[in-house]
Amino acid sequence: MEQKVKIQIDNHMVEVPKGTTILKAAQEIGIHIPTLCYMNLEDMCITNLPASCRMCVVEVEGRRNLAPACATPCDNGMRVKTSSLRVLNARKYVLELILSDHPTDCLICAKSGNCDLQNLAKRLKIREVLFKGEQSNYILETSPSIIRDMDKCIYCRRCEMMCNDVQTVGALAAVNRGFSSIIAPAFNQALSESECTYCGQCVAVCPVGALTENDHTNRLLEDLADPTKTVIVQTAPAVRAALGEEFGLKPGTSVTGKMVAALRELGFDKVFDTDFAADLTIMEEGTELLGRLTKFMEGDKNVSMPILTSCCPAWVNFFEYYFPDMLDIPSTARSPQQMFGSIAKSWWAEKMGIKREDLVVVSIMPCLAKKYECSRDEFKVNGDPDVNYSLSTRELVSLIKRANIDFNRLPDEDFDNPMGESTGAGVIFGTSGGVMEAALRTAYELYTGNVLENVNFENVRGLQGIKKATVNLNSFELKIGIAHGLGNARKLLNEIREGKSEFHAIEIMACPGGCIGGGGQPLHHGNSELLKARSQSLYHEDASKPLRKSHQNPFIIKLYEEYLGRPMSDKAHHLLHTCYFCKNSEIQEQ
Amino acid sequence: MITTDIKLSKCQIDEIVKICASFNNQSGELINILHKTQGHFGYLPKEVQEVIARQLDIPVSKVYGVVTFYSFFTMKPKGKHPISVCMGTACYVRGAEDVVEELKKQLNIKVGEATPDGKFSLDTLRCVGACGLAPVMTIGEKVYGHVDASKVKEMLDTFE
Repeated sequence: MEQKVKIQIDNHMVEVPKGTTILKAAQEIGIHIPTLCYMNLEDMCITNLPASCRMCVVEVEGRRNLAPACATPCDNGMRVKTSSLRVLNARKYVLELILSDHPTDCLICAKSGNCDLQNLAKRLKIREVLFKGEQSNYILETSPSIIRDMDKCIYCRRCEMMCNDVQTVGALAAVNRGFSSIIAPAFNQALSESECTYCGQCVAVCPVGALTENDHTNRLLEDLADPTKTVIVQTAPAVRAALGEEFGLKPGTSVTGKMVAALRELGFDKVFDTDFAADLTIMEEGTELLGRLTKFMEGDKNVSMPILTSCCPAWVNFFEYYFPDMLDIPSTARSPQQMFGSIAKSWWAEKMGIKREDLVVVSIMPCLAKKYECSRDEFKVNGDPDVNYSLSTRELVSLIKRANIDFNRLPDEDFDNPMGESTGAGVIFGTSGGVMEAALRTAYELYTGNVLENVNFENVRGLQGIKKATVNLNSFELKIGIAHGLGNARKLLNEIREGKSEFHAIEIMACPGGCIGGGGQPLHHGNSELLKARSQSLYHEDASKPLRKSHQNPFIIKLYEEYLGRPMSDKAHHLLHTCYFCKNSEIQEQ
Repeated sequence: MITTDIKLSKCQIDEIVKICASFNNQSGELINILHKTQGHFGYLPKEVQEVIARQLDIPVSKVYGVVTFYSFFTMKPKGKHPISVCMGTACYVRGAEDVVEELKKQLNIKVGEATPDGKFSLDTLRCVGACGLAPVMTIGEKVYGHVDASKVKEMLDTFE
């Protein structure tokens, strides 16, 4: 039986399992000790526990020093004070010391209103900073996706933990010593010169304004105001699952209809859906999978297995850097964002008689790597990008608020056609396991010729880091693997490299939880319940759709009839597929 | 951090690989490996750190983090005769700062730099455990006690 310990916190007794920290025990009885560096996404085993900020210190009777509640386990009979004068003063001093080397430009900071440090200063009622001293003075660094303003860094090390322990990218580390310490890439290189994949998980966990996204809202407002331009928008599935949170709605509230209405209010000429392109991705990627699988079963030695999904641009950056010896394994299918851009600026533009140079394609993404993806040369025609630029969910929130739109009072509206029509399969692309589930729904029917009665593949769902499943295709046992978080992806990739992989197909999403936990989403502030709720909301939307298999999307059928011919045709290849490059300069030289 | 762009020769790379292998390519031995490598090359340029990172299968940012944390490690080449002046409390109160100023003047370099001809480099350190001889400096492996700033030029002239 689990051993229990009894402790007294302030005036309350609480019994908790042995090993529980004071912080958690206090939470259980409604005492919320302030924290700053601490972060815990329990369901995904993601913890940041350097116990370095000392914001959560408490008084433990019988101990000389104050103890950090986040890292001190409860002992039987312990008596803890969380808000004695000594504790309150210590916290105040700690915070003032942090603030003594932090810019006080909160009013114009990108993180204002959403900053853990600002919230603490407010909560602890800091009115002056007693300590004066040297101020950090670093150069603001801009990359296609992420902006680093290291003057604002408070050394919580959350970004470093995400980049190294969770993503195993290793772009960021603590360098230098003492006052000159900084979290930075090796040799103080720019992010763009480092192994950074732009997954944005560092941005997603940064408690302050040190790491933020490269903002395109002003550029969009200018384009929307330009009468010579046709500005159309696509929205990724995960956006609708999280947007409502920023308008006070319960996490997991699906706001698809209101989001469409808001985008129309903002002035977009057409409001389309990336889910349409997700259905298109399934047609291409699914066909490619079946093609490779058939050759594999026929004993073709030249065919490489397993096939890996390629929807996630941070994941693409990751394998281009770390696994350049395996560039033939991922599917050549472009991401839904890029498929959308490509089709919008060809099929749709031709249909509508809009010249390419007058058409602006904007995407709303839960992702920061998508910003970089738009700028890749492979996705440009004569220098003009298929998707002009990408905005994060957070940027959309800011636009809606700036445009005086009362989001919660908006009516539910529908996407425009043809590129707004999607099936349930496209919707679940936004959560880990969703791309594979969508692919299975189509691959099963195309391969077996039978109707798939139960479209729900429950064992590919959930927040488990690596998921496995077997699907019976006419007595062939198709083995699939799913990983989210690049550290988990690396495990599966190493197995493939060593020839030990059991899988035929693998889905990978760079962010923990998939796109619902993307680097461009409203901040989760360490609450993994939020991610579960977002995921559930996508599965609900899927279940409520009349069509749930990508190949049944009537406008996808029409697109092939009118324009592309069939999946993997020459035209489809030209418009919807891509190739990969080795990004590791050390390996290039060898 | 400034670093000269150099290209390592095959045998230099082999030497680093050998050093890493002598520690079983264990990432936990990073500090020992850096120590030994710096002993061999005199300093730890970017290219050397990259080879070490690859051998130990750790991000190069981690290696760089350790190199920049410990003042013993350097990314700049040292002179033939590396000079270190002790700035510990005892030496400091006995005039170590004057010695450093004089060395800077005579060599025309800053602390942490080497002379363009590669003959001398200048660093400061904290305590060599000879406080009774303060102020103390070391040139190469040799320790000099009771250093007088006005005699610095004379001392330097004895080195080839």
